[in-house]
Amino acid sequence: MKLSEIVNILEATVLVGNDQLDKEITRGGAADLMSDILAGLSDKCIFLTGLTTIQAVRTALVADVSAVVFVRSKNPPQEVIELAKEQNVPVLISPYSMFVSCGRLHAKGITGLDGKT
Amino acid sequence: MTDLKKIFHVKGNDFTHAGEASVNIKNMLKSIGLDPKLIRRIGVCGYEGEMNMVMHGGDGTLSIEINTDKIILYLDDNGPGIEDLELAMKEGYSTAKDEYREMGFGAGMGLPNMKKNADEFTISSKVGRGTQVKMVFSLNH
Repeated sequence: MKLSEIVNILEATVLVGNDQLDKEITRGGAADLMSDILAGLSDKCIFLTGLTTIQAVRTALVADVSAVVFVRSKNPPQEVIELAKEQNVPVLISPYSMFVSCGRLHAKGITGLDGKT
Repeated sequence: MTDLKKIFHVKGNDFTHAGEASVNIKNMLKSIGLDPKLIRRIGVCGYEGEMNMVMHGGDGTLSIEINTDKIILYLDDNGPGIEDLELAMKEGYSTAKDEYREMGFGAGMGLPNMKKNADEFTISSKVGRGTQVKMVFSLNH
């Protein structure tokens, strides 16, 4: 599905990447441990996390994830937004918890990083 | 023959800039048009190594060497060294402080992740001297 659909499903606010809402997303990973995302490399994936550190964006960059979602309405510090803008990584904020955010996406067909449902 | 070698300095405990070298390496490899999957593997290895250095290794360097048939990453730090390498290579084993875990690191997956993603992985370490890692990525796949 397109990133714009993910924005709707998660009732998310787009902090960075309004120009990238056409991006295709098929998989997702949720973690507060960066290595879990780094270990499960995948194409066209979204990365949900409750950690709003600059390392969440750097992890997204090296793992090549298509977008980052901060759950539970967590607002990242300005430096995190600046890095995401500079490196062109879409960043969303969802009011839902990690559990509910994942559930909503999974119910609409987003698979795990390994492609399993 | 080495076509290009670049050395990045990594500063211990500097979490604001931690990972910058790996992002630079990734962008550099992107600009020369390498396969995205290979770039991702190299990026992850560099990043995990860089974070290890920032957390445990004190100051050091992350270097990349680009050859016609392979790419090599070198990590070299002058940190405390690793007492038990076999244990350090086990998934889930970590000596990271709690503050690093709160930042999403220190899960004991760094070295195993690096080994998994590199075609060749060698590590040597001396207590009190530091740790060196060499990771080779073949371009002939």
